[in-house]
Amino acid sequence: MKGFRYLSNVATLRLDRETCVGCGLCLTVCPHNVFTLQAGKASIIDLDSCMECGACALNCPVKAIVVDAGVGCASGMINQWLAGFNIRFRKDSGCC
Amino acid sequence: MVTATGRVAVISGDLGVSDRLGGWKARWGIGRMSYIVPPGLYAIGSPGQDAPVLVTANYKMSYDLVRSTMKGHAVWLLVLETYGINVWCAAGKGTFGTGELVRRIGLSGLEKVVSHRQLLLPIMGAAGVKAIEVKKRTGFDVRFATLRIQDLPEYLENGMLTTPAMRELTFCLGERLVLVPMELLIGLKSVLFVGAPLAAAYGVAGADFSLIRFWEALLLYLLAVVCGSVLTPLLLPLLPGRMFSIKGAVLGAAVSAAIFAPLTDSLTRREICAFVCVITSVSAFYAMNFTGSTPYTSPSGVRREMGRSLPLMAGALGVAVAILLAGIFTA
Repeated sequence: MKGFRYLSNVATLRLDRETCVGCGLCLTVCPHNVFTLQAGKASIIDLDSCMECGACALNCPVKAIVVDAGVGCASGMINQWLAGFNIRFRKDSGCC
Repeated sequence: MVTATGRVAVISGDLGVSDRLGGWKARWGIGRMSYIVPPGLYAIGSPGQDAPVLVTANYKMSYDLVRSTMKGHAVWLLVLETYGINVWCAAGKGTFGTGELVRRIGLSGLEKVVSHRQLLLPIMGAAGVKAIEVKKRTGFDVRFATLRIQDLPEYLENGMLTTPAMRELTFCLGERLVLVPMELLIGLKSVLFVGAPLAAAYGVAGADFSLIRFWEALLLYLLAVVCGSVLTPLLLPLLPGRMFSIKGAVLGAAVSAAIFAPLTDSLTRREICAFVCVITSVSAFYAMNFTGSTPYTSPSGVRREMGRSLPLMAGALGVAVAILLAGIFTA
């Protein structure tokens, strides 16, 4: 994404090129242009721009992609963590 | 209008005063979680059997955006039950998902309304919708068309071709600005529940209660919240660091340094340091909160950022508050 970049070397995205059939669906669904097609197979060209939304892994027809998908939201994680201690806030505050 | 399956509501592409007011209220968190429209099939213009079918969420702001953008076009609009959540967040939760899409196609009798077998979905919906499964279960082809609905008219005109620009995410000043009210509101709550008690304690800490000390401290806390929740989002690409908490901390430190520079005579150095620490860590915290509103932060990244910066914030805040309130015990 032009002008914005989050932390490097953290994304859990992995692509198994052996399994990939080169359908290109991951390129279609990725909002950050993480993939490209090389020699008839997908290839990760920009791992650090991956936001782990999971669209590619969900849509891959041969399960060649794995990613620990979720939403990168600090307040969501804090609320989840507090919920572990049975502390809950009203739902309409904070994020969606 | 009447279709093969019965009556379908025709909706206008014009947004009225109440729609605009409703959108504005939702941006300010007023009734935001119940700003919904009924799910189901709608008609925009007078679509025929071969008109495109768009799919969206039942958050009224999403629905309003689609119908106003598609004004003048003849399309079908299939609204999914996402419980008033926008497409992207609902896809993340799975409510804008394969199951709901398949169910809604069935309930609306879409296969009798249109002669083709194609659905146009926002690209951000792909995190919840598995295209091949929808095809298998309903016969409908899912096409992830564009990121933004604003690009859809052009997409339809150029023969359903997604140009590189249509799949390029942006996060410009205007796109960040509309998110600021919600960020500020969350921060303001903490002014009331954390800032006010701390400021009151600081007021007491000066031997007997000083209203001036109370207001000074409260305003400084408010300033810290504004730094983190308003200024950091607006200045996001300009601030140094990749972690949001660093961006917020830099801004908080700079702003508080500028404020305290002329006050070195009236406050002790220890107090100034403590205030700078409080403002810096509070600003960093609310800056970090903004990660959830951006379209590019990964959960692994946020987890790493929190692991590194939360202990620092908590430590700095704790020490600083202890210094500022030490007067309670010595007075």
